[in-house]
Amino acid sequence: MENFINDWGLTVTTFIPLVGVAIMLLIPRAQEELHKRMALATSLLVAVMGVLILTEFDFDATDKLQFAVDHVWIDVINSHYAMGLDGMSLPLVLLTILIVPLCIVYSWNHFPEPQNPKAFLILILVLETGMIGTFMAQDLVLFFVFFEVVLLPMFFMIAVWGGDDRRYASLKFFLYTLFGSALMLVSFLALYFLSGSESFVLSDLIEAVAANEISRTAGLWIFAGMFLGFGIKVPMFPFHTWLPDAHTQAPTVGSVILAAVLLKLGTYGFIRIAIPVLPEAAVEWAPWIGLLAVIGIIYGALGCLAQTDMKRLIAFSSVAHMGFVMLGISTLTDFGINAAIMGMVAHGLITGMLFFIAGSVKERYHTLDIGRLGGLLVQAPRMGWIFGLCVMASLGLPGLAGFWGEFPAILSAYNPGNGLSVVTFRTFMVIAALGTVLAAGYLLWLLQRAAFGTPKEEFADDPAITDVTKHEWISWAPILALIVAIGIYPNLVFRVTDGAVDASLDDCLQVSASELTPEQAEALGCDSIYGLGEMSHHDEHAAETNQ
Amino acid sequence: MTEFFIIAESASQSGIPLGITSGGSWLLRNAWIIPLLPALSFLGILFFGKRMPKKGAELGITAVGAAFVLAVLTGIAWFDHRDNYHGEEAHLAVAASEHHAEEGHSDHEKEHDEHSDYDHGHGHSSLAVSNTVTWFQTNGVDLSVGVLVDGLSVMMLFVVTLISLLVHIYSTDYVGGDRRYTHYFAFLSLFSASMLTLVISENTLQLLVAWELVGVCSFALIGHWWEEKPNSDAALKAFLTNRVGDMGLLVGVTILFFSVGSVLPDTFGSFSIAVTNTVANNGLLSHTALLVAAACLMAAVMSKSGQFFLHTWLPDAMAGPTPVSALIHAATMVVAGVFMIARLYGVFFEGLSIGGSSINLMALVGGITTLVGASLAFVQRDIKKVLAYSTISQLGYMVLALGVGAWTAAVFHLFTHAFFKACLFLGSGSVAHAVHSFDMKSDMGGMRKAMPHTYRTFIIGSIALAGLPPLAGFWSKDEILAGTGGWGLFGGTGGNGAYTLMLVMGMITAALTAAYMTRCVYLTFFGEFRGHGDLHESGPRIVVPLWILAGFAVIAGLFNLPKGFQLVPDSFQERFGHYVEPVAGYFPTIAHATPSWSLAIVSTLIVLGGVTAAWWYYFVKVEAASKAAGKSLTELPNGPTTVYPLAKLIHNLLDKKYYLDHLYTGIIAGGTKGPLARVAYRFNQQVIDGTVDRVGETAVKSGQFVYDKIDQLVVDGAVNTSGRLSSEAGGELRKVQSGKVQSYAAILFAAATVLAGILIVIV
Repeated sequence: MENFINDWGLTVTTFIPLVGVAIMLLIPRAQEELHKRMALATSLLVAVMGVLILTEFDFDATDKLQFAVDHVWIDVINSHYAMGLDGMSLPLVLLTILIVPLCIVYSWNHFPEPQNPKAFLILILVLETGMIGTFMAQDLVLFFVFFEVVLLPMFFMIAVWGGDDRRYASLKFFLYTLFGSALMLVSFLALYFLSGSESFVLSDLIEAVAANEISRTAGLWIFAGMFLGFGIKVPMFPFHTWLPDAHTQAPTVGSVILAAVLLKLGTYGFIRIAIPVLPEAAVEWAPWIGLLAVIGIIYGALGCLAQTDMKRLIAFSSVAHMGFVMLGISTLTDFGINAAIMGMVAHGLITGMLFFIAGSVKERYHTLDIGRLGGLLVQAPRMGWIFGLCVMASLGLPGLAGFWGEFPAILSAYNPGNGLSVVTFRTFMVIAALGTVLAAGYLLWLLQRAAFGTPKEEFADDPAITDVTKHEWISWAPILALIVAIGIYPNLVFRVTDGAVDASLDDCLQVSASELTPEQAEALGCDSIYGLGEMSHHDEHAAETNQ
Repeated sequence: MTEFFIIAESASQSGIPLGITSGGSWLLRNAWIIPLLPALSFLGILFFGKRMPKKGAELGITAVGAAFVLAVLTGIAWFDHRDNYHGEEAHLAVAASEHHAEEGHSDHEKEHDEHSDYDHGHGHSSLAVSNTVTWFQTNGVDLSVGVLVDGLSVMMLFVVTLISLLVHIYSTDYVGGDRRYTHYFAFLSLFSASMLTLVISENTLQLLVAWELVGVCSFALIGHWWEEKPNSDAALKAFLTNRVGDMGLLVGVTILFFSVGSVLPDTFGSFSIAVTNTVANNGLLSHTALLVAAACLMAAVMSKSGQFFLHTWLPDAMAGPTPVSALIHAATMVVAGVFMIARLYGVFFEGLSIGGSSINLMALVGGITTLVGASLAFVQRDIKKVLAYSTISQLGYMVLALGVGAWTAAVFHLFTHAFFKACLFLGSGSVAHAVHSFDMKSDMGGMRKAMPHTYRTFIIGSIALAGLPPLAGFWSKDEILAGTGGWGLFGGTGGNGAYTLMLVMGMITAALTAAYMTRCVYLTFFGEFRGHGDLHESGPRIVVPLWILAGFAVIAGLFNLPKGFQLVPDSFQERFGHYVEPVAGYFPTIAHATPSWSLAIVSTLIVLGGVTAAWWYYFVKVEAASKAAGKSLTELPNGPTTVYPLAKLIHNLLDKKYYLDHLYTGIIAGGTKGPLARVAYRFNQQVIDGTVDRVGETAVKSGQFVYDKIDQLVVDGAVNTSGRLSSEAGGELRKVQSGKVQSYAAILFAAATVLAGILIVIV
């Protein structure tokens, strides 16, 4: 069993959904019940694989790629089928594995118009493969393929099952992201050719870039390409305008997956690829990333305050929340990136949950116009309280998950990585702190208008407005439990990510400072990034470990 | 972060004593059980409350009752610990270069060092008990959660559990039959757990977490009756105002974290309160960092403890049920800010140069607040709002005291104020329970006959608040006035500096307090009843807590009789100060004021002056006018506000609460969520999104061009069509009717390859 997990675990986990899809394709469309069961079974099987992987995962070596496989895939371009899991990807893989079956359960009895569970569920499963694969891929071409695999199912999900304006929204989503992907691909190709790496495997590229100096200009341009590609996906201000439209139009489950997982593909790209491969360019770009991040925080909050539609408000809040994540990343410190991963997980759970609630509200009230809502706590008290809990989590209340993404990100900006301007980042810190006030403002205002008060006359005696149903409980309870559990014991995430993040950041240090002579290190410019203080700290750490 | 406390024996000579120990009795080391009990009852009530015979109240009362017993036992254990414990003291290793190399994490032996240099004021040094576990780790550093138990936290444990217990009992009657009775008790439990966590916090991060949690409980309980919009408005206002202050807390805690880290070996930061205070006391941190951190933390104090100019949420918070006001908005949560200053006194003392006798931010904020609160209490017709402004004013007193270095006086005032203010709030609730209103002018009057117990306890609370001897408020208020050091007669009082302005502010407030409480007592209990319905005394579950609190309001002052008070033996003097004020590395060296008979007499005369003035106006003039008019009046028909324009102007200013609400709600909040948000959103839709649409439109147009002119004419259909324009809208992307996604993909991939080629060639 252990060997099986080690050699095949990741591959099987990634492709089980596609097997499920293949079987479902053979089943006639009319057998809806069978399709539902099949899809759920498939996603649960993936979850079981996830648990098996979790039990085999070595938590004392989160910095190492575990269960790694590496085979030559496309010989002509030296692309490998390289998969692996470390502390940085594990939380996001688990998040994906968790969210998908919950989404299937949620949509069990109410598929959005025009129904067709078969197609809908197939799309979800294809999405799952793409998402898991992206988080596991260790080869840039493979990463790119998975990254793009995600795009199409989501496009169809919005375009077919979406709201009134679905064509515009879906096309915008697709083209915008594809535009980013194209630039990303340009960067990947340039990176490969300029560094003279022997393959597209990430570790090879990191080594090659560190060994063969890429010109500063080239590094900056390549980073810029990835910045755009990943930044659009995050989305960062000012590339965010696809998001509110996509979210508003997408069916509930689509919104949930979009918020919970898809946005993380962008931030994950930054910490997995862009920063480890091009640390020097990252240092030069970091202030701009930080700037856009804090603009996003304030701007997203102001956007929220102007919304009249509940779902669109939640969508805009993603811009602000992902701003905190990007702020953490832009500090280029272990501390900040840990906060960012925590922020991704927390945002995935919390905003995913908020979209679930928005979907359920829409189903009951047939509107998400905040002005017409009100008194949810009277008509559906349990749902109202769950909504209140999620609002509190979203505004960063300590004791719930959101806080551990937000506060450490603010904290990390006080002391950014070596080579970054302290004054600049401290200014960002204060602006981000101001964002927490605005976040409380728009979220509580939403809670007040939607949940407090008494129901409006048009809905006062509507029998369709019921409290949380069984399917909703099943799909929500795990998320709610995790929001609380991580909030109380954040080490659930931090312990996993810490080692891996540390390793990903120290790579430059190890290659250029420890293993090379000081002259060479200086020539590489690595010492300007990781100053001498950091180096001596690292040496001490190493010395301790040796004892 | 246990590692920092302990240093190797080889380095013991250079370690700084922290004033904490990991030893001590079991009760002290395990004080975390006290907040755990209500935390468990919160979960119990949440999941099973509705199915219980008493709807969950019994669970909450049991848990808080057990917590109270434990708190008392912990207090007794602390008395013993303070006097008799001679265990090992932890020392702090700092990153001084000479002994840096010898230290290692493996050396966890403790230093057996009993003596200490800190031997001023209260005998031998006190050792706080610290016990921590790892909460989480990031960047290779363990961040801990745990308890720091010393006199201050033990005192707070006692106050919080006692008042919480009484409020629980009181509430079973007061909110009996409420539509959300179970929820109410669940939140009371959660609040108690959070507040108790706050007062035993070992580090600032834990403090911050608990700080926010008490805030959210306050939010939920203020908005308990959220069906009515004013209530949820008040709840929102409370939460958002506190968020503004919390911004300061976030930033202040961050600054301290990294500043402390910079002087410690092998780490980049520390949240530990004891370590932070100790390095601040020893002058290891830059004054600028401390000043900025202290100023940021002051913002949090101003919002949480209702200090001018972030106090406006507190009167509105009276929308919540009255027992909640007594517990949260009088006795416990609102003193969290005062508690935080007392907790991080090393930081504030150094950062704001409190020992320097020049007027500092804290003393000034406290002084202004105490005057603003007292003046606004005059014009209220809602009895709870009188008490709310009074609370603001008294909190200002405490902050003022801390600002002039009178630490023990401030903490002692916190202690006594908790009892008499809770007594007054619960008393007002008892009255309101009978008349179903809080309006003194229209629905009260003459209540003393029908509600003798409420009346008597209210009078006791009022006298204690006004500060007449020998009730509790007199002793603590007098200590604060003496602590200002501004008294120049008969030798003065010493202290940390001559804060004459603060003494004057304190004196004026004393007179105002006496006067507005006299007014409040008259309007509520004297004259004739102006409301309707038949009056009756409240039941035992309301009256008994009132009497217990009134009892404390009488005797609490005796716990800290001044040093040199000739009427009692020495062993009865300054007991509170001895057990509560730390004499330890984590506490700054402060000078203590000496009590002054002349000051006590003068301040008492001032209080009597305030009482007399109000008595003359209400009990004599208004009473006479009432008789003449034949009905119960609440003010003179031709009073000063109708006669003198200046008085009218002042009254109007007070009535409008200095226009602060207008500024915040109308201008700042309204401006942000109105015009500013709208402008931002319009910018989003028209500029940013407009650009996207324009790009899409252009792309489609060029596609059209390529298709028509090149593709069809030249390449002859090699590339598929990329979309068709809607005829009348000129090709807005929004109106694109069909678009072959695959062809976009094909084009983009091709473009990507070309671009990559260009990039590789040119750079």
